[in-house]
Amino acid sequence: MQILIYGTINSVALALFALGFALVYGVSRLPNFAHGALYVLGGFITWTFVNSLGLNYLVSIILALVANGIIGALIYQFVLIRIRGMEISEIIASYAMGLAILEGLRWGGFKGMTYMLPAFIEGSTEIAGVPVDYQRLLVVGIGAAVVTILWLFTHYTRVGLALRGVAQDERAAMMLGIDSDRMALAAMGFGSMLAAMAAIVLLPLGSIVVEAGYNVLILAIAVCIVGGLGSWMGAVLAAFIIGFAQILTVVYLGAHYQMVVALSAIIITLILRPSGLFGRQKELEERV
Amino acid sequence: MSAPSTPILQVNQVTKTFGGISALNEVSFDLHAGEILGIIGPNGSGKTTLINGITGFIELTAGEVFFRGEKISGKPAHKIADMGVTRTFQIMRPYYSLPAYKNLVIPLFSPRAKRTGGWRGGGKLGDRNTVSIDILEELGFERESFVPYKKASNLPTGYLKRMELARCLALNPEIIICDEVFSGLSMSEIASMVPLVERLQMEGITLIMIEHRLRELFRVANRIMVLNFGEKLIEGTAEEVMADEKVKEAYFGSEAVEEVMDHA
Amino acid sequence: MKESTGQRRKERLDRGIKVRSEGLYALMSWRELSYLFFPRLVLIGGILILPLVVPSMYWQRVISIVCIYALLALSFDFLAHYVGLVSLGGAFFIGTGGYLAAILNTSFGLPPLLTIPIATLLGAFICTLLLFPCLPLRGVYFAIVTLMYPLLLARVIEALDILGGTDGILGIESFANRWVEQYFIILIVLFFLFGTRRLVNQDIGLVFRAVKDNDQSVRASGISITYYKTIAVFISSAIGCLAGAYLVHLYMWAGLSTFALDFSILPIAATVIGGAGTLVGPVLGAFILVPISELLRAFGTLRIVFYALILLAFIIFRSEGIMVYGQRKYHQFEKWIKV
Repeated sequence: MQILIYGTINSVALALFALGFALVYGVSRLPNFAHGALYVLGGFITWTFVNSLGLNYLVSIILALVANGIIGALIYQFVLIRIRGMEISEIIASYAMGLAILEGLRWGGFKGMTYMLPAFIEGSTEIAGVPVDYQRLLVVGIGAAVVTILWLFTHYTRVGLALRGVAQDERAAMMLGIDSDRMALAAMGFGSMLAAMAAIVLLPLGSIVVEAGYNVLILAIAVCIVGGLGSWMGAVLAAFIIGFAQILTVVYLGAHYQMVVALSAIIITLILRPSGLFGRQKELEERV
Repeated sequence: MSAPSTPILQVNQVTKTFGGISALNEVSFDLHAGEILGIIGPNGSGKTTLINGITGFIELTAGEVFFRGEKISGKPAHKIADMGVTRTFQIMRPYYSLPAYKNLVIPLFSPRAKRTGGWRGGGKLGDRNTVSIDILEELGFERESFVPYKKASNLPTGYLKRMELARCLALNPEIIICDEVFSGLSMSEIASMVPLVERLQMEGITLIMIEHRLRELFRVANRIMVLNFGEKLIEGTAEEVMADEKVKEAYFGSEAVEEVMDHA
Repeated sequence: MKESTGQRRKERLDRGIKVRSEGLYALMSWRELSYLFFPRLVLIGGILILPLVVPSMYWQRVISIVCIYALLALSFDFLAHYVGLVSLGGAFFIGTGGYLAAILNTSFGLPPLLTIPIATLLGAFICTLLLFPCLPLRGVYFAIVTLMYPLLLARVIEALDILGGTDGILGIESFANRWVEQYFIILIVLFFLFGTRRLVNQDIGLVFRAVKDNDQSVRASGISITYYKTIAVFISSAIGCLAGAYLVHLYMWAGLSTFALDFSILPIAATVIGGAGTLVGPVLGAFILVPISELLRAFGTLRIVFYALILLAFIIFRSEGIMVYGQRKYHQFEKWIKV
């Protein structure tokens, strides 16, 4: 029972990490290696709004989401747009960007255990005899809400449909008058917002540390690779697979293995089935 | 011309489906040593898929291909090329960053060329750069000009099409499967390619030619096979094929046939 | 070769001496010979003299580290720009080579003279074996796999607490003296620099470049791309493992930090800055970037920010790199002409 509850929570957390990455890659074929950095940045921005500026928690959350979205969009507009289509450069540039953000934060003194976000609701309850605090339940609730909103957004709004159009066939979308660069910009913006969202929901469970940026990036990549790069629903399912696998290994083998699971998931998936569990095979099939 | 009796290549009931849609449906044919087989059919009728299937560039869903009695379906593409069944690509695939003559050093470096000597045994004798320029000259690249030394990215389509053929020749092939070598060429370029194809046949190379340029194809091909929607419609001489009602209806529309027959 | 800016455009012409010194005619006069050999001599001479002119032992150590990064950058450049496999696995190679050398030295008591060659070959073998199933992958996928391997190995060593666990392997023998230490790696860098340069212009090198350019065409030529990719990965990982084996003897310690991402990212930065696809460029890039990074050591992690930003700037604004720029200036005139 404990495994089931904590597995679910962990899985939802993973899905939250990964959705932003999956969204950006899905729309613009851009592996955003700055994703982890944007996650940590989102956390620190919120913290700054709450603690340094003394704003209301809810207001600072909204402001932080917007700010992070704008930062993501700016990164796209001024850096990534110039090298789109060059895969190596995309990886290197976005990673360098992430590195600069994370190490810049570290240099700026954002380290140690002092940086914590308050929980939304304090206290805990018991489900089937397992103690769970409200914040963790909230994670599941918000995670489900985010997935639902994202689904509704991409299926029923103009922008969302345009995003999906670009994701499915960039050229056809361009012929229909959808500006693929603007859509990629929007995707980066929404992607960073999702990163901030994940940070705001999850960080109250611990403290904000720069190192988390690297781990979040790896986890997001793991989820997206296993689910199939570019497949959003695949990412959600993969989050559950990896999430439960992680909890199981932690319970039966020890906490050290948590990252080993994610890393080996990446490598094994890429070796056995590079398109992931739910990815579109088309891209990888030899086109002669 | 009567075709010799021993089939060099046997294609048996070849089928390929892409996610439920069948691109090839139980296509069978025999290819005899020394002949030229033309394959025609409307766009999307599975011609290129057939080539990809025979040469191992895609995996066949069902069916078998035999080369000189040995099963080649299921082997990797480079093994099939190594046995002498070579192909050109419809969309040319030169090594754009290398000069034209260096493009041919690569097939000359292949195990087959090393073993058999490559084009007319030249691979064993001279150094590969010289041999590749010999091949290019054979195909109409002027040796004394700058053309063979230009980067492939700077060459016009006509030369690139010939380079596709040159790559096959460098391997000292038994079969060349040409995927639309005439398309995209000017009339004069085609006129210079036709004798080349005939010369290859005289040297004992068996050819399969996929073409949309029917007039030129009918001039060189011994037999014609028609594909439509992944199925083989008919196989026979140019006249037989053109006379067939199914072909007329399914493919050409009657006027086009008459026009072609007038010229043929 | 032309850039247009408004109504003017830049015209570039080859220098006469470049044209004259192409082909056999280069042997005609000393002037032309020196035109060809001067840059090479400056490079070789410069690198050889460098340890003698630097002010302190600290900087000699820096030169050794520069050489390690130069080897990694060379290995990256060769694999990415001549074979088309983007490997972010510098740390993977360093870690494998390093741990192997450490084990050979501490457990079997072999001297560095033996551990380095064995670790190089064995390490390259192991790396190639692990990367072999990933060879059909392209672009992002191969890059991600190579990026993840070192992280995975580090976590596995940590989790299983083998090979010294988080403490690493201590007490590794160092070199006989600092001159051996210094010139060994310098000669290795020069050897591999000119070795790979020669290799890529051989026929086999052409096949590598063909695999990058158009792998389908290579398959149609009856050549197994997997075979040649394997060879290329072996060469590349051998260079990386050699650097790793040297590194642990230099530090007399092999730990989890040999799998650190620094070894993956800095060589790439060096390649981008130096000039991708030139092989010399990455080595030069390492000679520029690593000392700068050392100078900024006092600023802590700010130096990482700094080189990440340099890298970004180069990728975006000067993606050709220093070396290509320099070659162009050396070989060509430029002038503005009115359109």
